[in-house]
Amino acid sequence: MEFFTISMLNGLSYGLLLFMLSSGLTLIFSMMGVLNFAHASFYMVGAYVAYSIAKLTGFWPGLVVAPIVVGLLGALFERYCLRRVHKFGHVPELLITFGLSYVIVEVVQLIWGRTAIEFLPPEALRGPAFTLVNSSVDGMQFVWGAAPEAMCRAADAAVRIVCSPFPATRGFMMLVAIAMLVALWLLLTRTRIGLVIQSALTHPEMVEALGHNVPRVFMLVFGAGSALAGLAGVIGGSTFVTEPAMAATVGSVIFVVVVVGGMGSLAGAFLASVLIGVIQTFAVALDHSLVGALRGLGLTLSDAVANNTFMKLTISQIAPILPYLFLVLILIFRPRGLLGTRED
Amino acid sequence: MAPSVYRFKPWNVGRGIVWGLFALVLLVAPLLFTSNLSLTMLSQMGIAIVVCLSYNMLLGQGGMLSFGHAVYSGLATFIAMHVLNKVGVTGIPVSLIPLIAGIGGMGFAVVLGFVTTKKAGTPFAMITLGIGELVFAMSLMVPEFFGGEGGVSGNRVVGKPFLGITFGPQEQVYYLLAIYTFVCTAAMFAFTRTPLGRMLNAVRDNPERVEFIGYSTQRVRYLAFIISGFFAGVAGGMAAINFEIATAEVVGAVRSGGYLLFTFLGGATFFFGPIIGGVLMVIASVLLSEFTKAWLLYLGLIFLFMVMYAPGGIASLIMMNLRVAAFGKLRRLWTSYLALGGTALVVLAAAAAMIEMVYHLQLDNTLGSTVNFMGTTLNPAGLDAWFGSAFVLLTGLGLFEFVRRQFAHEWGEVQGEIEKEIKRRETL
Repeated sequence: MEFFTISMLNGLSYGLLLFMLSSGLTLIFSMMGVLNFAHASFYMVGAYVAYSIAKLTGFWPGLVVAPIVVGLLGALFERYCLRRVHKFGHVPELLITFGLSYVIVEVVQLIWGRTAIEFLPPEALRGPAFTLVNSSVDGMQFVWGAAPEAMCRAADAAVRIVCSPFPATRGFMMLVAIAMLVALWLLLTRTRIGLVIQSALTHPEMVEALGHNVPRVFMLVFGAGSALAGLAGVIGGSTFVTEPAMAATVGSVIFVVVVVGGMGSLAGAFLASVLIGVIQTFAVALDHSLVGALRGLGLTLSDAVANNTFMKLTISQIAPILPYLFLVLILIFRPRGLLGTRED
Repeated sequence: MAPSVYRFKPWNVGRGIVWGLFALVLLVAPLLFTSNLSLTMLSQMGIAIVVCLSYNMLLGQGGMLSFGHAVYSGLATFIAMHVLNKVGVTGIPVSLIPLIAGIGGMGFAVVLGFVTTKKAGTPFAMITLGIGELVFAMSLMVPEFFGGEGGVSGNRVVGKPFLGITFGPQEQVYYLLAIYTFVCTAAMFAFTRTPLGRMLNAVRDNPERVEFIGYSTQRVRYLAFIISGFFAGVAGGMAAINFEIATAEVVGAVRSGGYLLFTFLGGATFFFGPIIGGVLMVIASVLLSEFTKAWLLYLGLIFLFMVMYAPGGIASLIMMNLRVAAFGKLRRLWTSYLALGGTALVVLAAAAAMIEMVYHLQLDNTLGSTVNFMGTTLNPAGLDAWFGSAFVLLTGLGLFEFVRRQFAHEWGEVQGEIEKEIKRRETL
């Protein structure tokens, strides 16, 4: 039970982190038709910039300033590079962001080095947020923060006690993601600029004719999307690891999220992020294989079957490819994605 | 039955000359560049040319931006390695291995392409990326086929010598690869002239209209994808013979990204663009990477500027200048070219000096405190080197911008005159 709860929460927090990234990507895509290949690179820049700021002033200013810096970088890129190739069509737009991802990785290595850096969360977030104490006598107990040493130690050998802590950084990740989700929703539906953005999605010419500066709205959206990626980077970088490869590890997963959720659908991106986050987190923890499952059913296996590579693969071993398998399955059975509307 | 209408079809002399020259270059190159390094590089160029051309079948001719092309060449390399290791049993000639690898690559394209070509445009790009990641992740899970961390290695000198050809010396390998390069290039050019090749261009330009005419765009994309997979597979097989090893990185995203980058740099809009791209790819990855550790940064920057200012790649630059030359106006531009090149070099040198100094500070401070840069020594710890290069950079940038404006003006004038000349000739 506690394994399920903790894994579920871990999966949810990872899924929400993915959503922080994929929401920006989806917004940019649905608005400008540009798939920002460098989105995960902005995530990485966010982590590195926050690390540098954290060294000077501490984590919390970094949490605020780094997304702003990344957002500005994104807006500048849109203004001076992306807008220039807009007239050439979608493929050059994709290519220029692809080129940018090359450049960003190299520049990051140039400034911060090729190895992982030690970007720690602040003191307040280092311990567990709460601990589940499961005792075979007293049942499940819930303790805020770290459980006292005495509770996790069994008084006598007959009682089995398992303490499962849930890291505070993960909880913080969920909090920020949900706050961001709500803020984004309010911004898009309740404010003037949100209405302009929404209408520019579908009828850019009409919006322009009404006197709004649509290219500037594009620049704002691109900057905001990059800032969201930067924010995710600050949290993701301090929770996981900050290294030059972090963009590549998360980059392809968020593309999967966007396709699985349905191109351009924010709700779909949310659903797909949480789904993939949970699936991947559970898969990593499960050590079962087909051989084990068949044996569990009481079958005796021949040596050839028992030693087959595919039969021996455990779920945790195939965890890295699960998102991509998911992508392939979705494409075969529901090509427009989970909540997508466009069939193209 | 005799045709009712007699069609006059003259020999295309220009085309004959170009292909003859291409064959001649392939034939003569190893006689001019005889060192071991250049022979290896020439062999790699042959492979790169085939794979970039096969990639351009998707990108340039079909408008399909694939991020996972290395999957097909890479998996074919593995197949070729396994076939090579069984040559002693099966007796298949080593020279036919690229063909078998090509069929293997085609097989994978049939299976995976069915999923990827369901979509076009941006979703296509992301799906190929996902498939690429899938195959790369699989490579560490199935050691029987991929050989685990160490990869699969083999020995190409296994078959019975045929007319004394054992494929031991690199020269013999080069000529085998050159033959494959020439045949594949010719075949891919021929493909662009087939009805399918033409339909592929139509699918790229106006898919909606193609659907209205009654073609299935998905089918056309799928067929083109399979053919492209075949040629990628041939290139993979060539690589297997050349390197005698296949590791997981041959199917990786970095390799796919490289194909994309250099095909685009060479020029996706012309058939011969990827040939330039393939040659550049080998030069960059073998020579430039020796020269500086920051080569990927330079490459990325060049790519960015290319996308922004010359989206047709080097091939389009060549063709534009050929047009100017054909109208006899290149003479007016050459001084501007000289000035542009000169100022660009100054900017490049200053920027490179700064990048190299940063890299030095970051990475190899242990090797000594100074950087050797183009024959001078710079001290990145001191201020004067930084100040100097910044000064040179700014001056260079200012001059470059000045010259660029001049050039843009002249270029526009020349183009206008050419347009006028074309109009005038039309009225004659």
